[in-house]
Amino acid sequence: MTAVPAAMRFDLPAPDATTQPFWDACREGTLLIKRCTDCGHAFYYPRPFCPRCWSERTEWEAANGTGTLYTYSVIEQNDLPPFDARVPYVAAMVQLAEGPRLMTNLVGVDFDAIRVDMAVTVEFRPISDEVTIPVFRPIGTSDAAGTVA
Amino acid sequence: MTSTANEIIERRACISGIGQSDVGRRLGRDPMELTLDACLGAIEHAGLTVADIDGLSTYPGPMTSPPGFSAAGAYDVMDALRLNVGWYNGGLETSGQLGSVINACLAVASGLANHVLCFRSVFEGSAQGVKGRASSMPGGGGGSFRASGFMEWTLPFSAPSAAIWIAMFAQRHFHEYGTTREQMAWIAINARRNAQVNPKGIYRDPMSMDDYLNARMITTPFCLYDCDVPCDGATAVIVSRIDRARDLRNRPLRVEAVGSAIHGRPSWDQFDDLSTMANRDAGAQLWTRTDLRPSDVQMLQAYDGFSWLTMSWMEALGLCEVGGSGPFIEGGERIARDGILPLNTHGGQLSGGRLHGYGFLHEAAVQMWGEGGERQIPRDVEVGAVAAGGGNTCGCLLLVKE
Repeated sequence: MTAVPAAMRFDLPAPDATTQPFWDACREGTLLIKRCTDCGHAFYYPRPFCPRCWSERTEWEAANGTGTLYTYSVIEQNDLPPFDARVPYVAAMVQLAEGPRLMTNLVGVDFDAIRVDMAVTVEFRPISDEVTIPVFRPIGTSDAAGTVA
Repeated sequence: MTSTANEIIERRACISGIGQSDVGRRLGRDPMELTLDACLGAIEHAGLTVADIDGLSTYPGPMTSPPGFSAAGAYDVMDALRLNVGWYNGGLETSGQLGSVINACLAVASGLANHVLCFRSVFEGSAQGVKGRASSMPGGGGGSFRASGFMEWTLPFSAPSAAIWIAMFAQRHFHEYGTTREQMAWIAINARRNAQVNPKGIYRDPMSMDDYLNARMITTPFCLYDCDVPCDGATAVIVSRIDRARDLRNRPLRVEAVGSAIHGRPSWDQFDDLSTMANRDAGAQLWTRTDLRPSDVQMLQAYDGFSWLTMSWMEALGLCEVGGSGPFIEGGERIARDGILPLNTHGGQLSGGRLHGYGFLHEAAVQMWGEGGERQIPRDVEVGAVAAGGGNTCGCLLLVKE
């Protein structure tokens, strides 16, 4: 894709103190989730308290990076930069092996071969100099098609 | 069973009048003018005067973004009409667009007001202009922008809009229940057929199944005709305390029950089951507040910001089995004006225009008062269901002719 001026793109996150470790870890190739050390609940998105028992004793945990495709949509039209330069692409929700569900992208797959509940594994794609995002591909596929950036 | 321990307080409320401005893609008129056309129209239709209005409620209140999403807030209209109110309300965080009406029901039932003017006014058609719907994104299509809050977990993944999120809900529904695009098409085709006989309908050319299946895809499984059409227009209804409405111009449409619940995480992606939405809880709640049953419902006016949302509401309200909306609407006979469950008889938002929730309540009243003209449901409608919203913001009403 062509370079998009920062002032004209709508995909960059604004991490705060709570979420910065998640984005930092993505740049290192690790998908972090949060787990409550009191009740054991694993959750997303990262927050400083457990959404199940409200304990403030939570810790970061490296997800093993596998999961299943909960649902998806192939986006054919989106006029907003930088998404306009990415169409067609696949938005997805993935249910991680640890339990939490996250919004992401599905890559490396023919659109016709996408199946809900298929097994997927994480990989990491930079979308700017400073931001890398976790995306997923079907397990057993190689890097061929479907890049997001 | 009805919970008899407590009074079903919304039954003290009724719809007593309705009003609607001109509706069009781009009317080129001041949005406040349209708002007042609808409000004054509703007051007159009810047989009231401005001085009788002692309450005001609106959704979503004043917002400058997305462009055209809100033409006026509560204070704007209270000032313009010089209202003296005992109660007022405007805001986004409620049970969908109809949350503002449900709140009004509670206000009249509790005695804070007798006649509440409720309105929803949009000018998205004019505001988006030729820029398309992308201009309705945060930031309005220009300037710097950084995604925070919930959007921090959607925008980096190129999933910026409700269209995409709801498309993913629909895809999950397709997977779990075998729903097909050929079934979903009937929501759009039915809407088009009804818009053709609605003088205010925006898209009135015939639409065939082939037209639908050949339309360009936007975000699978949604094609162009699964997405509603931004427009300019305002809608207003009067919610009255029923003992103050019996001598007015129209036979009161009593509020039999409302649904406003949400039990899962109030999130577009963390809700427990995304083959459904908060409407699951709002719909179930509604039936705990009445002895009527889904089989008593003679008409449904249900939100179609995206076509699948209507199907989801049919299931949430028990008007078909969970997962059974596809087979139910297939062929279109059941949901036609002369079918067993006439649906979105004004053309919905898909073909009638994105009046954003209130259009469905307006149409329910039109039909129950027999004011539908060429699109009038041929049998008398004594019990009608109205539902609006999607995702984490859903509300519904059951209306009965008093």
